Amino acid sequence: MSNFVKGTTLSANEWNLLRYPVVAEAEQKQAGKTVIFKVTGTEAASAETIAAFALPAGKIIVPLKVWLARREELTPRLAAGELGVWFESFELIEDLIASVEDINVFPVIAWDFVRFADGRGFSSAALLRQRYGYRNELRAIGDVLRDQLFFMRRCGFDAYELRADRSAQDALEGFKDFAEPYQAAVHVDQPVWRRHAR
Amino acid sequence: MYRYDAYDQRLVDERVAQFRDQTRRYLAGQLSEDEFRPLRLQNGLYIQRHAPMLRIAVPYGLLSSRQLRKLADITRRYDRGYGHFSTRQNLQLNWPKLEDVPDILAELASVEMHAIQTSGNCIRNITTDEFAGVTPDEVVDPRPIAEILRQWSTFHPEFALLPRKFKIAVNGNHEDRAVVRVHDIGLEFLRNEAGEVGVKVWAGGGLGRTPIIGEVVSEWIDWQHVITYCEAILRVYNRHGRRDNSYKARIKILVKALGIEEFRRQVEAEFAHTKGGAMTLTQAELDRVAAHFTPHPYATLPETDASFEAARAADPAFAAWTKRCVHPHRVPGYRAVTLSLKPTGIAPGDATAEQMEIVANLADEHSFGELRISHEQNLILADVPLAKLHEVWKTARAAGLATPNIGLLTDIICCPGGDFCSLANAKSIPIAQSIQERFDNLDYLFDLGEIELNISGCMNSCGHHHVGHIGILGVDKDGSEWYQISLGGSQGNDTRLAQVIGRSFAAGDVADVIEKIIGVFVEQREGDERFIDVVRRIGLDPFKHRVYGTPAKKEAAHV
Ligand code: HEM
Ligand code: SF4
Repeated sequence: MSNFVKGTTLSANEWNLLRYPVVAEAEQKQAGKTVIFKVTGTEAASAETIAAFALPAGKIIVPLKVWLARREELTPRLAAGELGVWFESFELIEDLIASVEDINVFPVIAWDFVRFADGRGFSSAALLRQRYGYRNELRAIGDVLRDQLFFMRRCGFDAYELRADRSAQDALEGFKDFAEPYQAAVHVDQPVWRRHAR
Repeated sequence: MYRYDAYDQRLVDERVAQFRDQTRRYLAGQLSEDEFRPLRLQNGLYIQRHAPMLRIAVPYGLLSSRQLRKLADITRRYDRGYGHFSTRQNLQLNWPKLEDVPDILAELASVEMHAIQTSGNCIRNITTDEFAGVTPDEVVDPRPIAEILRQWSTFHPEFALLPRKFKIAVNGNHEDRAVVRVHDIGLEFLRNEAGEVGVKVWAGGGLGRTPIIGEVVSEWIDWQHVITYCEAILRVYNRHGRRDNSYKARIKILVKALGIEEFRRQVEAEFAHTKGGAMTLTQAELDRVAAHFTPHPYATLPETDASFEAARAADPAFAAWTKRCVHPHRVPGYRAVTLSLKPTGIAPGDATAEQMEIVANLADEHSFGELRISHEQNLILADVPLAKLHEVWKTARAAGLATPNIGLLTDIICCPGGDFCSLANAKSIPIAQSIQERFDNLDYLFDLGEIELNISGCMNSCGHHHVGHIGILGVDKDGSEWYQISLGGSQGNDTRLAQVIGRSFAAGDVADVIEKIIGVFVEQREGDERFIDVVRRIGLDPFKHRVYGTPAKKEAAHV
């Protein structure tokens, strides 16, 4: 069964999300503990990894670094509507914005929640929508669980790949957590005091 | 005070349902420990030494008598009949059962209360001056804006999972009583010559392991833009704050790393985009909220009251209390009163259910049914007529709430420490008690004058030891408990961080050391000089010499 939610309903996922090869846990250890967060600016993948990154046919979502490094090769696929880009949690959306004239050439942009509690994607999503005028699919991937969905939607996500071990059907309930949020955000873009006479 | 409308009420009700379901899923094994942690923390629920600890929000420290009665009721039914008022103007319960927490939240929601964002890596409870609205020197009443900020920060989708916790304090006086300079964001409301209201913004302050005094990001923001400006700061922080190391994840580290100039540039660049956006405040919204904080129906009273003067003349104990615990009020004939939660023998900040009920009654009878919590962990009745002070005092004294020690050495700020907190290096409460016992002569305490003594059980600095005139920090050495003493810290407009005087002491020696320090002060003091002024004038050396012996006499160091 699909664990993919588009809008607020279960849906078929047409895109092939391409991740870097898995790096051994041992290499992620630093000072005796797993590095959960990379500091902004840390290299995500080596030049070799990026150069060797396989690009199968069909609709693919590739890492930002792969797009940036192999733009020429990927531009025809972008033109064909077959290319999306995903961000690691420490990457900056401005790098993608700067790489194209119109951000809406991408049919899909995805943000990887490396860990449930990493809220950087919330600000990035809000910026993509509000500042850079991105209108197409904005997808949350990675450690995506029911209890973030309400926040994600409010920040501008409209597609979610729920973690494989969880029921997406159950997660849909998360959208209903709060009926009338206080603040303006992407979804519900006026504060409660402008929406209603209080 | 602010009363919920249907939107506010619905939100806390929905929160109860949401948390009930999260707890159910956790207990059913559908949420792992790691997944449940950020969820429960955003609801003030810690797993502690004895049991979960639940931190109940008291937004900007303001409570109604009805709410306090409910808190008393909750401590009786779900806890052990007492609660702990904290330096962040909240109430902590030390013994609730996890299974009961959803029910406790439902009880709270029935009196317009909650535990939302009292912990976790989100925007925490907004704090302010406990004398807001009644202090004679006020420039702008900070309560309406604090309430607006409460609403804005509640479930803010973009800032729900920040690198680290985020604390905002608001002040509306020339004198800073909200310690804005050691907050992630400090907001001081002020007026310009034309009488317009604006905000001075500090950022990057905080205590903890790396204590830092905040820096001014903006000298003036028109009040309408206070939210969008805070959002700009938070956005820069959320995107660029470190997340690799929780000790370096606070905004203070980002501000230091970038430098205030560059940080300000980034904030201003962000603000340039959002300024004037949907979250710009309107006069109508401010007026709506401010209408909840209109002055109480004060009686027209004379400046003085004969019965009060007579009682004061007749009863030295009452006179002593009025000197320490009664504060000026902007309305003639009224006073604000601090009820001390610092009698010797009780953990500073603790109040029993009975005491809460007595205070609720006092508030109903003499203070328009409201009270406040100070960040020094005491309770305040803000609007008592002069003629009622004697009565209030008698009742408070019978309830153990009238120790006349406010601002004195025994009005100790103290975290729960090793008795309750699983992060502690050392106990705090017994240290506070040993000092209180040593200095239990009230006449002597009065003579010593204002001294702030703050105790934390570990580097997290919940007891604000860095900004105490005397700070005590619990440290761990080879698995045993030691205490490091620092001098010279202060809060307020001249916020400064204290300096450590030297190697640390065993628990049994702390009271002796404090006595020696006070001894130096008494000898060196000129006239009515305050302790902190003496420390600033003579420096640390005389204190060090008294405590450690002459500099030549080296002892084995243990830090
Ligand atoms: C009993 C359980 C408690 C736990 C587990 C706890 C945990 C923490 C932690 C981890 C920090 C460090 C944050 C940092 O890095 O700055 C901290 C700081 C702090 N906590 Fe607590 N705390 C507890 C109780 C309290 C109490 C009882 C109070 C008030 C009486 C309090 C008020 C504060 C304050 C004011 C800070 C200062 C942080 C700053 O200003 O930078 N906490 N706490
Ligand atoms: S200072 Fe340390 S010991 Fe005290 S409450 Fe905070 S975390 Fe616990």
